[in-house]
Amino acid sequence: MTSAPTDGLLAQVLRQEAGPLVARLSRRFGDFDLAEEAVQSAVAEALTGWRRDGPPHNPAAWLQVAAQRNALDGVRRSNRQRALAQRVEPPAAKARPGTDDRLALLFACCHPALVPEARLALTLRAVVGLTTPQIARAFLVNESTLAQRIVRAKRKIVDAGISLAVPPSEQLSERLGDVLAVVYVMFNEGFVSSSGATQDRDLAADAVWLAGVIAASAPREPEAWGLAALLTIQHARASARFDEHGGLVLLRHQDRARWDADAIAEGEAMIERAAALRRPGRYQLQAAIAALHATAPSWEGTDWLQIAMLYELLARLDPSPVVLLNATVARAQLGTADDALATLDGLADRLASYHLFHAARAELLTTLGRHDEASEANRTALGLTANDAERRLLTTRLHRHPLDDGS
Amino acid sequence: MKYVLMYVSRPDLDAGADPEAAQALYKRVYEWFGENEAVMADGGAELLGVETATSVKHGDDGPVVVDGPFNEAKEIIGGFSIIEVADMDAAIEVVKSWPLLDLPGGSVEIRPMVEDYSHLEQ
Repeated sequence: MTSAPTDGLLAQVLRQEAGPLVARLSRRFGDFDLAEEAVQSAVAEALTGWRRDGPPHNPAAWLQVAAQRNALDGVRRSNRQRALAQRVEPPAAKARPGTDDRLALLFACCHPALVPEARLALTLRAVVGLTTPQIARAFLVNESTLAQRIVRAKRKIVDAGISLAVPPSEQLSERLGDVLAVVYVMFNEGFVSSSGATQDRDLAADAVWLAGVIAASAPREPEAWGLAALLTIQHARASARFDEHGGLVLLRHQDRARWDADAIAEGEAMIERAAALRRPGRYQLQAAIAALHATAPSWEGTDWLQIAMLYELLARLDPSPVVLLNATVARAQLGTADDALATLDGLADRLASYHLFHAARAELLTTLGRHDEASEANRTALGLTANDAERRLLTTRLHRHPLDDGS
Repeated sequence: MKYVLMYVSRPDLDAGADPEAAQALYKRVYEWFGENEAVMADGGAELLGVETATSVKHGDDGPVVVDGPFNEAKEIIGGFSIIEVADMDAAIEVVKSWPLLDLPGGSVEIRPMVEDYSHLEQ
């Protein structure tokens, strides 16, 4: 039995079922930690059992039965849990009918009272159905450190009374920002490391799916649609981002015929849904920029004027180095290389320690025939990357953009 | 659930405050307790300054009495209350309107209270 089709099916079933199962069992037993452990064990059982014997006839039901059995075992094992299970009244306030279980679970896992590093890990486990070893591989972190972090976060959810509930509408937009940020990081992780660090799970694909689920559950939230659109469009270009040797292919050299036109159209439809709500935001702006790139016939035939304007708007909401640099790169396509270089040099005091600033300078200097200075800039860029590589890997993840070449 | 709210301030930052503004803020604190009466399980207490604190500490030859607070942090606990609300989100909502958060060093630490002692009963 080959494992590839089983793994694909597994991934699909797990992300569909894991979150709602955790939410349901949490409600039933009044204990998030217990529920999450039960589902996690069922996922682990599925990973080994299905690969060995092939997938069961009804995978979703199989997972549910296994998780339920684990939860009951857990209850029997632990005296404390037994006391909890025998409580006459389960916390009924948390069971608001009609709210999406998965969304409620997401709000708990991405709660601002949890440290940011734990939010993503917990979301991947409880909502998307990844195992701790899979997450550790994806983020190149030590498995026991990660496990510790997850345990602490879960314990805090239970002990500090962080509820598994969708916040009331007046707090929804603000709290949703925390959730969307986690999904955004999740996508970028997967997008950047899509050379296969997770092996059996495609984090980027999971993030695209999750963003779509969130938007569908919170349809009045334009940034939810914005993020779903952004990730859908970026993901549509995924197969053209690496060459046959696994090297990164920059946007200007990508074979546009390999992009997924249907997915791009789907992303554009999401942008329109978001725009109809008339509350612009950073994800919507990034999605609009991505859509312009995705629908351009070529690098040269790209609507750089609109892209430059959208970056101006984005820079007002998010004046980070990456955005400022991309704004300048976009503007550089409109005017002369001389002008672009002057603009870029104007950012030197803010961006001098950022390797892509020097890479962009090098490219402009090459265009202008100033090869010595170009080599110098390239060397600086390389030096910064080399010295920084390890630290960047660990610390810039939360700010990393999927493509740093103006897209 | 019950939570203890610990009202934290930075006396070094508050020292320069305009007395009139401080008076107005104090009035808002009083009103805040009124507005949140329903969730107050115990209004707690406002504490006199750390310069009045005395600590009794572990010593090899028995307890030792010393002048001062248990640690020398710039942040001090100026008072505490106990609230009873549904969950952490509700506690955060109550705390967000604490008037002294307007002061630069103001913060409130929210700590769930231990209420379940069933593990000791077995």
